[in-house]
Amino acid sequence: MRRILSILLENEPGALSRIVGLFSQRGYNIDSLTVAHTDDETLSRITISTRGDQRVLEQITKQVNKLVDVLKVRELTERPHIEREIVLVKIFAENNEQREEVKRSADIFRGQIVDVTARVYTVQLLGTSEKVEAFIDVMRENATILETVRSGTVGIGRGEKSLTP
Amino acid sequence: MENNDKPMLSGAQMVVKSLEDLGVKYLFGYPGGAVLDIYDALFENEKVEHILVRHEQAAVHAADGYARATGDVGSVLVTSGPGATNTITGIATAYMDSIPLVVLSGQVPTTVIGEDAFQETDMVGCSRPIVKHSFLVKKAEDIPGAIAKAYYIAKTGRPGPVVVDLPKDIVNPLIKAPYDLPEEINIRSYKPSSKGHPRQIKKAVELLLNAKQPVIYTGGGIIASEASKELTKLAETLNMPVTNTLMGLGGISGTHPQFIGMLGMHGTYEANKSMHSADVIFAVGARFDDRVTNNVAKFCPNATIVHVDVDPTSISKTIQAHVPVVGEAKKVIKQILEHIDSTDSKPSDLSAWWQQINEWRNVKSLAYETFDDKIVPQQVIESLYKVTNGDAYVTSDVGQHQMFAALYYPYKKPRQWINSGGLGTMGFGFPAAMGVKLAFPDADVACVTGDGSIQMNIQELATCLQYNIPVKIVNINNSSLGMVKQWQSMFYNGRHSHSYMDSLPDFVKLTEAYGHVGMRVTDPAELDKVMAEAFALKDRLVFIDIIVDQNSHVYPMQIKGGKIDDMVLANKEGESN
Ligand SMILES: Cc1ncc(C[n+]2csc(CCOP(=O)(O)OP(=O)(O)O)c2C)c(N)n1
Ligand SMILES: [Mg+2]
Repeated sequence: MRRILSILLENEPGALSRIVGLFSQRGYNIDSLTVAHTDDETLSRITISTRGDQRVLEQITKQVNKLVDVLKVRELTERPHIEREIVLVKIFAENNEQREEVKRSADIFRGQIVDVTARVYTVQLLGTSEKVEAFIDVMRENATILETVRSGTVGIGRGEKSLTP
Repeated sequence: MENNDKPMLSGAQMVVKSLEDLGVKYLFGYPGGAVLDIYDALFENEKVEHILVRHEQAAVHAADGYARATGDVGSVLVTSGPGATNTITGIATAYMDSIPLVVLSGQVPTTVIGEDAFQETDMVGCSRPIVKHSFLVKKAEDIPGAIAKAYYIAKTGRPGPVVVDLPKDIVNPLIKAPYDLPEEINIRSYKPSSKGHPRQIKKAVELLLNAKQPVIYTGGGIIASEASKELTKLAETLNMPVTNTLMGLGGISGTHPQFIGMLGMHGTYEANKSMHSADVIFAVGARFDDRVTNNVAKFCPNATIVHVDVDPTSISKTIQAHVPVVGEAKKVIKQILEHIDSTDSKPSDLSAWWQQINEWRNVKSLAYETFDDKIVPQQVIESLYKVTNGDAYVTSDVGQHQMFAALYYPYKKPRQWINSGGLGTMGFGFPAAMGVKLAFPDADVACVTGDGSIQMNIQELATCLQYNIPVKIVNINNSSLGMVKQWQSMFYNGRHSHSYMDSLPDFVKLTEAYGHVGMRVTDPAELDKVMAEAFALKDRLVFIDIIVDQNSHVYPMQIKGGKIDDMVLANKEGESN
């Protein structure tokens, strides 16, 4: 099962490598990982998308929590939450037909064309990981994908509860 | 300068002053380029005694032995590169057994970090998976704070080793900065929990009071949290049997009538039988290690498990706990005792259970055969026990001798038995004994070792001469890597691949060459006499080379893949050759 962990930790060198080390050392999967400082620059927030059964996830959460520079860990997927990922796709469209198809699909997915040359479109799309994947699939059918870059998932819980120190 | 009230010190002086102000008594170390400035600052210091070891691994084990015997944090100082990497085995040893250590390592100047400078190693990276935490200090004024935090983190919560990496330019004697050692440590991301949750305590007490076949199973957590008195009181209040892990020996006196011995791979028959038949297991400061449980799928099928540990990751890691209690052993047991006091219910009558346990005890799983013409290892430990009145600190190395020392010397007090349980590090015992002897100069300190293990840190004989550290080395010499050989005898059709120690040195002469006393004994009739002679030489290091049967096996022994109580009890014919 796919799970999303939100981790609040000290914004210090070495803190990220301790988290990543813990995952690799124990053979836990990382599907995606994002990190940046929060509104408080002394804190970083990491979002890790991972997979595993309840027992494995419980062990991961405890292990992460145990790290000295980690303040809070929450499994986002446990409660109602919002998740977003951004993707940039560079697409080679050979002819008019393909170019039209790319524009139409981008519209349907509410993507934006952010760069154009005579034969290449770069489309930006925001959404859940599923939506991002669906979009990439459609583009692959319509034209030739030259390059994609995904930000990895970020997420936040719904409602008033928040992840604060 | 704004910090007029703070003394202006160089980074090197700050390192030394921080150690002084934190009350460090012994610093085990070895100098080199990156730490020359720190060593220079140490030169005039009188409060911290530096012990120059002969190999950095031994510095860590010695600090570790000191920490295990006293409960204080052990301290180490080494240079960058090879000095730092030589500490890795020692750090891993301490990490596995949750021992509080601070390792200060030199580093190349910040200006060249990452350039493969001479003697550069990414120490923070190398040690990352085996430390509780680490610091790479980047500014001189951060030194006292980092060191103070390191000591605090090392000893609080579940203790462990902490590395502080100190680049050479920040300890430059010419650059001074205000010295400011924080009096109180407050780390917002680190709040070790201490007391158990009252709801869990209540559940635990109900289970304990109603148990018909309970076992109290405790480990190193009792030792770390100084909970021995509370544990004994709880056991007596409830009249329950207590078993200890290898790390937990001494948590309750080995001579206590309710102590049923060590459990696990080489545990006693009664300990493993009781565990398997238990209806309630009260586990405190133990982690259901694979050397205890045997096959987890077959582990204690009828038991409801209460698991108390200060580290939540230890709970339900290998064996699911029914009642998890996160908290320090000492505090939680106190809470439980108070709760028992405040309820009207009385504990169940356990006489039928004790009758059963006593039947298992009568199997006498530790009985062994003696001979007129050769010494067996069990005898050596019993002789050591006699000669030292059961009061010695015993450190051990790793192998058969370690198991014999665990099984045949009933430890009366916590911290009396010191061994590398988690990592199983050969070479640990002798340097660890040095640390213990420095902490308790008047006590008898024996290192029970083997002909293989002792050679892994034998160079420390020189350190012992330099600082007059008169430990006793009890070398159970079977001319082999006995534990390896035992497994080969039992599981590899007696194919003793590379487990025979050919060309052993003459240990007596070797010891004499280092300026100490060497003794050898081969005759069982002489054993007690030689042992007594050795311990009578209070001020000398004595190496007692005891030539023993080469075919002795450690029993009982669990059968791999079986239940906790599936055991081989004694030598089967033809097995031990
Ligand atoms: C550093 C290290 N290397 C290898 C081992 C594997 N090992 C465990 S016991 C043992 C044999 C130890 O021999 P000795 O010290 O003579 O003790 P004995 O078993 O003979 O009593 C070995 C090689 C280990 N535990 N530690
Ligand atoms: Mg041997």
